[in-house]
Amino acid sequence: MEKFDKLTSVAAPLPLINVDTDMIIPARFLKTIKRTGLGADLFSTLRFNEDGTDRENFVLNKPAYKDAEILIAGENFGCGSSREHAPWALLDYGIKCIIAPSFADIFYNNSSKNGILLIQLPQEEVDKLMEDAERGANSTISIDLEAQEITGPDGGVIKFDVDAFKKNCLLNGLDDIGLTLQKVDKIKEFEARKKIAQPW
Amino acid sequence: MNETTTLYDKIWNSHIVDKQEDGTCLIYIDRHLVHEVTSPQAFAGLRKDGRSVHRTDLTLAVADHNVPTTNRSGVIKDKESRIQIEALEKNCSDFGVELYSMNDIRQGICHVVGPEQGFTLPGTTLVCGDSHTATHGAFGSMSFGIGTSEVEHVLATQTLILQKCRNMRVTVNGNLPRGITAKDLILAVIGKIGTAGGTGAAIEFSGDAFKSLTMEGRMTVCNMTIEAGARVGLFAPDETTFEYLKGRPKSPKGGAWELAVNYWQTLKTDPGAKFDEEVAMDASEISPQVTWGTSPEDVTTIDGQVPNPADIEDENRRNKMERSLEYMGLEAGTLMKDIKINTAFIGSCTNSRIEDIRAAADVVKGRKVANGVQALVVPGSGLIKELAEQEGLDQIFVEAGFEWREAGCSMCLAMNADKLKPGARAASTSNRNFEGRQGPGGRTHLVSPAMAAAAAITGHLTDVRDLD
Repeated sequence: MEKFDKLTSVAAPLPLINVDTDMIIPARFLKTIKRTGLGADLFSTLRFNEDGTDRENFVLNKPAYKDAEILIAGENFGCGSSREHAPWALLDYGIKCIIAPSFADIFYNNSSKNGILLIQLPQEEVDKLMEDAERGANSTISIDLEAQEITGPDGGVIKFDVDAFKKNCLLNGLDDIGLTLQKVDKIKEFEARKKIAQPW
Repeated sequence: MNETTTLYDKIWNSHIVDKQEDGTCLIYIDRHLVHEVTSPQAFAGLRKDGRSVHRTDLTLAVADHNVPTTNRSGVIKDKESRIQIEALEKNCSDFGVELYSMNDIRQGICHVVGPEQGFTLPGTTLVCGDSHTATHGAFGSMSFGIGTSEVEHVLATQTLILQKCRNMRVTVNGNLPRGITAKDLILAVIGKIGTAGGTGAAIEFSGDAFKSLTMEGRMTVCNMTIEAGARVGLFAPDETTFEYLKGRPKSPKGGAWELAVNYWQTLKTDPGAKFDEEVAMDASEISPQVTWGTSPEDVTTIDGQVPNPADIEDENRRNKMERSLEYMGLEAGTLMKDIKINTAFIGSCTNSRIEDIRAAADVVKGRKVANGVQALVVPGSGLIKELAEQEGLDQIFVEAGFEWREAGCSMCLAMNADKLKPGARAASTSNRNFEGRQGPGGRTHLVSPAMAAAAAITGHLTDVRDLD
């Protein structure tokens, strides 16, 4: 996975609550055996008309936000399915960071395992960033993961919390499986104990 | 010193392989269900890094999301679906994982198959690349959905790196009124706590109303725990659990069975154990539930009406409600019973078990599907289909005008050919009423199997109690 340390980008406002995984990537696009190429169908229903043309009022179709790498969204973002296709689609499109008042659990895990930084902030702070983001091309913000700081378009700084383990993995682009396999002896000891205690 | 612990604490504590300073734990995974949609990239990852499956004996695979539910004698017409199913077959063969292939009578929806085979057992940790893995919590198994990176992690190491959930308890006491099912119970809970109410929590279901449920009912409840935002739902295992599991193909046998039951009987929350959050409801207050919007929390009773966004103070919620009603094509104030449907779907990992099919058949018997309604029953597994046929239930449905299908996920998420057409409206026993979930532009009303059957008969959302 790619490292995440600093990011400067236009932030796209998506002021919807309960954005579910079927909205991020509908099930009919899950019939792939690859991780790549899903960006073309990201937010398919919101983004495209039935004839496949762009819906002009959708934020990522507006010229100012087409290249946004940051999304600002409402509470409970990513609820629903465990499909990792949701973060894969976001990443494939180019979204590397999402800021919202809350995230669904499985989506949160899946995102961090793909190098996407999810930042949870109090509603008032998200509201402020959402307002800033409405300013289009002038809504560039910067994120510094090491310092845990967001710098807004007017230079104001917001601090954010992040899980220490996930921060380390994101900063260093670490693969969980490699880390866990270093503990293979402990896993085997656990299995040996279990076999005696629970022989079924 | 004796520390009191919850059922969730006990299962968590007994699976810690390693604990880091920040509290993150390496947790052992006892059971892993694999299906065709969320596993191909995980097997590809193993191949790329030259890794093997650590414990093939704890892994069971079945194709369910994409499989056709009509005649299976030919090849699957949809090329992408076919490739995904063939990839699962090749991956299972290459890595030595047991697979119930499409024409095996044991094939079905993974969350139906696991319990049916006795693969799901109390006190275990069980995962699957599917959010409805919460289903297996009905057995007192700490079960939860994971993404594909985690599927690969479990295949390679039989563990996961996890943060512990907070403990939440939902207690419903009292007797369930006539016509009220497990589905109504869990929809009422979701309506009360909201779709994010359980975020970060493991929910234990307690109280007489839950305890009186069969294993099928408990699975329906746990299945939809994720729709309340919680990854894990739990029932303490009891005689109902043991009775269900005894003699299943993968359940412990002989002396091991006695040992296992002795252990399983210890799996309960200690008196006085502290929950971070408690929610209580009274069973007598619960009526048949039906959703009006595009989130499972958008739920009301069958004698209720479509709510009015103008009554909502919070701007974000008001906007969401307006958007939902526009998508659903509904006017505020419409009586739920006046909403006409043109599709009835009885199936999915929530409600496709024998008890669900029997409940629907009871309503359908001697009646006919309303004109213009497509009604289908999709059993959860080949074995359930066979049992229902032995009981003559298929005949009841077919005579009434229902389609009787092969096992699979089907119209719950529209990955195979079973889809709602744009603008079509369904009474559905599935678990999600998200926009486009059952097909682009399709409109979903979540209900119990008896209520879906009643709607199929009358052509509109109906209180099943009025049909008696």
